[in-house]
Amino acid sequence: MELFAEIIVSFILVVGGSFCLLGSFGLIKLDDTMRRLHAPTKASTLGVGGVLIASMIYFAAFADRISFHELLITAFIFITAPITANFVAKAHMHRDVKERDLPPTTGKYGWAGYDEIGDGPQPIDTK
Amino acid sequence: MIKRILLRVFPHPQLTAFLLLIWLLLVNNVTVGNVILGLIIGVAIPGITQPFWPNQPRIARPFKAVSYILLVIWDICVANVTVARIILFKSNANTHSHWIVVPLDLRSPEAITILAGTITMTPGTVTAMLAADASHLLVHCLDTDDPDAVRDEIKHRYERRLKEIFE
Repeated sequence: MELFAEIIVSFILVVGGSFCLLGSFGLIKLDDTMRRLHAPTKASTLGVGGVLIASMIYFAAFADRISFHELLITAFIFITAPITANFVAKAHMHRDVKERDLPPTTGKYGWAGYDEIGDGPQPIDTK
Repeated sequence: MIKRILLRVFPHPQLTAFLLLIWLLLVNNVTVGNVILGLIIGVAIPGITQPFWPNQPRIARPFKAVSYILLVIWDICVANVTVARIILFKSNANTHSHWIVVPLDLRSPEAITILAGTITMTPGTVTAMLAADASHLLVHCLDTDDPDAVRDEIKHRYERRLKEIFE
């Protein structure tokens, strides 16, 4: 039984580690900032997730207690990773991407980073 | 009257319950003291942040949210493998990146935030910007030959479900 758990834990650790490595490799290999953003936001999610699942199984099998910290870490990563990616993208676009290089919106207003909405009724009710 | 006092103390009842749950998970130990401490946190944080978040988010069908979360977790696993294959086996010249404009039907800020986060976490797409009137999302796609199909999938797979949950 212990051997079985050990094999599963090490397998998941190796898979998770490979995804982390791939995420970092993608950061070097891809050539454009927007493309580079894809590698760490995705590949490392499963990488970190794998390590956390391995940790949960390990504690359940060997320390006889169920740990919920890993679930919390996963939830926090799912919440923060997209926000980080969005802010990196915005900073990059602000510095290096001109509005004319982007496809236009079909609506009345342009993209938020380039266009002012001005006065008048706000589309999202913030009251 | 009682309702107003209750709303004053618990401006976001779901957030209070959520913070209590998070606190109990953090200390990993359910005792009376921890529950009380969690409740204090759960009342203080919504109270302090109330000016930044005046509206109550409306969630019409909470149970659909569970199936949505499972769908997204599955898609994240697929996304990892897809992106890993692009990184490993495709040369940079052969990768066709596109900007995609996604018109939004969603109106609630919470729903749009979740949609933007979902897009970032799932296959080969990153949300880059929102239109100034929150009517469109600008999405960067790592590798596709058919940008319109990606847009339709985002609208059909995620936005339709979020619309059911929130509206």
